[in-house]
This record gives sequence, C-alpha cells and structure tokens, in this order.
Amino acid sequence: MEMTGLFFYLVSVLIAGGIYAVLCLALNVQWGMGGLFNAGIAGFFAVGAYASAIVTTAASDKHLGGFGLPIPLGLAAAMIVAGVTGWVVAKICVRLKSDYLAMASVGIAEILRLVIVNESWLTNGSLGISGVPRPFADLVQGRSADLVYLAVVWFCVLLVYILCQRLYVSPWGRTLRAIRDNEDSARAAGKDVDWFRLQTFVIGCALMGLAGGLSAHYFKFLSPSATEPLLVTFLVWVMLMAGGSGNNRGAIVGALAIWFIWSATEIFTSRLPPEWITRSSYIRMLLVGLLLQFVLQKFRSGLMPEKSPKIRSD
Amino acid sequence: MIDFINLYLVPGLAIGSVYALGAVGISMIFGILRFAHFAHGDLMTIGGYGVLTAVWFIPVNPLLLLPFGIALAIVSALLVDQFFYKPLRKLPTIYTVIASFGVALIFRSVAQLFWSSGNQVFTSGVRMPMVLFDTFRISELHMQVIILTVIIAIALHFFLTRSKLGRAMRAVSDEPELAAVAGLDTERVVRWTWVIGASLAATAGVFAGMDTSMHPNLGWNLLLAMFAAAVLGGIGKPMGAIAGGFIIGIAEETVTYTWFSDEAFISPSYKSAVAFFIMVALLLFRPQGLFKGRLL
Repeated sequence: MEMTGLFFYLVSVLIAGGIYAVLCLALNVQWGMGGLFNAGIAGFFAVGAYASAIVTTAASDKHLGGFGLPIPLGLAAAMIVAGVTGWVVAKICVRLKSDYLAMASVGIAEILRLVIVNESWLTNGSLGISGVPRPFADLVQGRSADLVYLAVVWFCVLLVYILCQRLYVSPWGRTLRAIRDNEDSARAAGKDVDWFRLQTFVIGCALMGLAGGLSAHYFKFLSPSATEPLLVTFLVWVMLMAGGSGNNRGAIVGALAIWFIWSATEIFTSRLPPEWITRSSYIRMLLVGLLLQFVLQKFRSGLMPEKSPKIRSD
Repeated sequence: MIDFINLYLVPGLAIGSVYALGAVGISMIFGILRFAHFAHGDLMTIGGYGVLTAVWFIPVNPLLLLPFGIALAIVSALLVDQFFYKPLRKLPTIYTVIASFGVALIFRSVAQLFWSSGNQVFTSGVRMPMVLFDTFRISELHMQVIILTVIIAIALHFFLTRSKLGRAMRAVSDEPELAAVAGLDTERVVRWTWVIGASLAATAGVFAGMDTSMHPNLGWNLLLAMFAAAVLGGIGKPMGAIAGGFIIGIAEETVTYTWFSDEAFISPSYKSAVAFFIMVALLLFRPQGLFKGRLL
C-alpha cells in the first residue's frame, strides 16, 4: 500500500514536472534564444487553461460555452489565444529596451487575472470551471488514469522539444542567436530584428498556453485562486536558469530538477508541527529566491550549458 | 461636484502621492543603474513593516516613526545592491532585472515570515474626516499624505538642482561615460540613489499601509502603477515621476466616477488596469514620456 501510494505520488510529480517542462521550453524560446524577458508567464498559462477548458467542457450556463469539442482542439485554442495575447504585448514593446517588455508582461498578466476574476459570464468568476474532460477518460478509470495522462503530457513535452530543437538549429534560430548576442550586427546584416523578436515572443506564449491547457485537463477544475501566479512565473525562471538557458534539453532537466526539489521539500515540511507548516512555505520561497541569485552569479550557464551547433562551411 | 472632489479627486491625490514617491525611486534607479527595479514595491512593504513594528513599541502617530521604516528600507536596499545587484553590473542589465525579480520574492517571503501573511493595521478605530468650509470632507491622513508629498517633492527638486551630489546624480543619469571621465565617483552616486529611492519607498509604503492595511503583497500590487508613473514622467526625470504618480492616481480614481451615466464609467474592479493602459498608450505614442525622459 505504502509503495503504490508512493508510486502514484511520483506519477503526479512527473505530470506536473512535464507541464513545467513545457513552460520551461517555452521560456527558453523567449529568453534562451531570443533574449526576451517575460515576467507574466502565469498570465499566458492561465489564458491557455481557460481557453482549453471553455472549448472542451460540456455546455454550461455558468460560463461561456462549453462547446464540448475534442481536447486537441481545446489545446489548439489555448495556443492561439495565448499567442494572440502575446502578439499584442510584443507588438507594443518589442522595439524598446527589454525592461519595458518585462513591465508590460507583468501588466498583461495582471489584466488577465482581473478579467478572469471579474467576468463571470466568461469564466464563472471565482467559482471556477468544473468538469474539464481528460483525454482517454473512458478507456481507464480510477488511479491508473493518471498513468495515461502522464503519457499524454510527456508526449506533448516530446513534441514541443522536437519543435524547439528544430527552431534552434534552423536558420531562423541562428538569426535569433545573432540578434541576442549582437543586435547591431544582425541589423547590419539585414535582419528584421523586431519581426524576429515578435515571432519569438508569440511562439513562446503559445507554448505557455499549451502548458496551461494541459494543466486544466489534468486538474479537471479551474479557478483563479488555484495557483499563486508570481510563484509559478518565478519557479519557471529558476528552472530555466538552473537547467541552462539556450539549451532545450537543459530546460527539461532544469524543470525536473527544481520541481523534484520543490516537491521533496514539501514532503519534508508536511511532517513538521502545524504551526511551522505555514512558516516553512515562506522559508521555501525565500530559499528559491536565494537559489536564483546564486545561479545568476556563479552558475549562469546552468547544468547543461548552451552549445551552438557547428556551422558547416562547405 | 462636491462628491467628485471628496470621494474621487482627493483619494486620487492621496494614492497618487504613494505612486509619486515610489516612482521617483524607480525612475532614478532606471536612469542611473539602467534597469527596471522589480523589487521596489516590496521595498515599500519592508519599510511599512519597519514602521509597523516601531508602532508596537512606541504607540504614537506612525508618521512620527517614519525614520525607523526608512532606516530598515535603506539597509535592505544597500545590502541587496551589494550582494545581489553589484556582482551583475558588468553583465547586460537584463540580468539585474531578473535578480530584482528574485529579490522581490525574497523581500516578500521575509515579510511573511516575520510579520505573518495577514492584514495588520497601524492604528485601530474610526477616524472622522475633517470638514472644511462645511463642504469638503477630507480624511486627516489624506491631507497629511498630500502635504508631506508636496514638501518632499520641493525638497527633492532643490536637492537635485542645487546640491553638488544632486547634480552629480543627474550627470550620471544623463551621460554616464562623460560623468565618469569628469571624475565623478559613480559608486557613491549609486549608493545615494539607493538611499533616496529606499527612503521615499518606505515613506510611500507607510502611507499606503495606513490608508488601508499592511500585508505582504501591498507593494507588489502598487508596482505596475509606479512603473506607469515613471514611464509617464520620463525615465530619469524624478520630478516627472512625481507628476506621473499624481496623474496615474487621479486617473485611477476618477475613471470610476459617474461621468456619462448613473453608472461608474469604468467598474472599480478594473481600476488597476488604468495604469497599464496609460503605460501602453505611452509606449506606443510617446515612449520618452511627457517630460522628455531618455528612451533606453
């Protein structure tokens, strides 16, 4: 009994880790390849989650839709809505210093949160959306359904990884690295810097939306208070920095490593006396904050540093 | 009309004072250190808690205990700069932005750890508003906040234009290479930027905490409006940031007034979106801000 409990705990950690891996790969497109700062990850994640939930749930009078469409369409909608939101932000800020994009991405995340909380015709407000379907739900019941979902999530991670890797080695990715490392010379070589950055930001946001959709179908229920937005955004940044920004494999490794540490400390702190449990969650946050500072100063290239592919000169 | 002044304009000026004082620091740090300081809101929170703690021991008007909050904020800012920002100064500034994002989380979790995550008030009890000329009903706190902010703004103006240090700060902000060649001690200027930024942030944090209540998210929730105010005033223009803060504060409060019909023009729940849209409009049409700040 103890063993199966532990096994399914591990499965749930791996599912969440897979969702974080998608987020981390998405941020790697934006920051690792494009050098764009996104501080509103949780906002794009939430938009994707709600989009996919509204598209796939059965009709309900509590919120917009549900349209009862298949889950792949829901995930596609998640990517489109998050991508369009990202396009609006990037269109405005991409020609300015990256700090402005950072400010605006915090802003858009806040606006999205306000919309989700206040527009109950759309999202059922703070009561949330329930009954979000899971893929292959009629095939397996009970706990082993988690195993099926684990496969679904990691299949998505694989697809996103292949996509990101193709982007990275393509001429498009090479142009991005050139822009990131020396904007002026890329511009002098005739590259449309703003256009490339815009594309990068939109692709990243769409992938964050996908991660949101995956989490909605995992939890089957969505409400604005489900996650602490700043913590999600922050964890993804720490994951990418620790894993190695610019390296897609590093992004996945970083996501898993940090998520394992985060979950393991949760097991540890849940055994503390009750008056310490709330406190210890603040200590964990404090330590993650310090970990980011350490990584930034001493360990900037991460566990798996970026290795640019060789340029063939034949 | 009287309602408009009592319930919209004056509260707008009061919250505008908070934004103004916070935005000065953001604008100066952006101008001199060249990065958007994401931990500035949480620096306000730390300053606010400093005064809250002092009130527990010395039960007088919290405004008299401001020096305790200011001292705590200055020490925190200088320590954070020394250990977290300074080692990254040779790198592209975006790394410092990321670091400051982390510092925001550190400040917040420290606040939650030491002062609990709930709401705490400075002084309990109902305070009656002052009635002037039988028509204006203004809370005493709002009055004090607005007057203090105006005094601080005037003092800051004279400091920046008349004193040697103030002029050095403006020089580093306008032309860092030239300032260094002219023999200005950049590190000293940086230190004083933190001292001034942190002092004003702590003051703003106490104002905000007294107006509502102290809680660990207090400063983070104000950050967006302060960024908007700093951009509105023009980066590197402290006086512009003060004007920007007042404009954003008044705009936020007055959009909920019943301008065109009996209903609020914009629902109060979307109040905090106003700052964002002002910032977006500025970035689109006038990114240098109203007062010709530098476009970084």
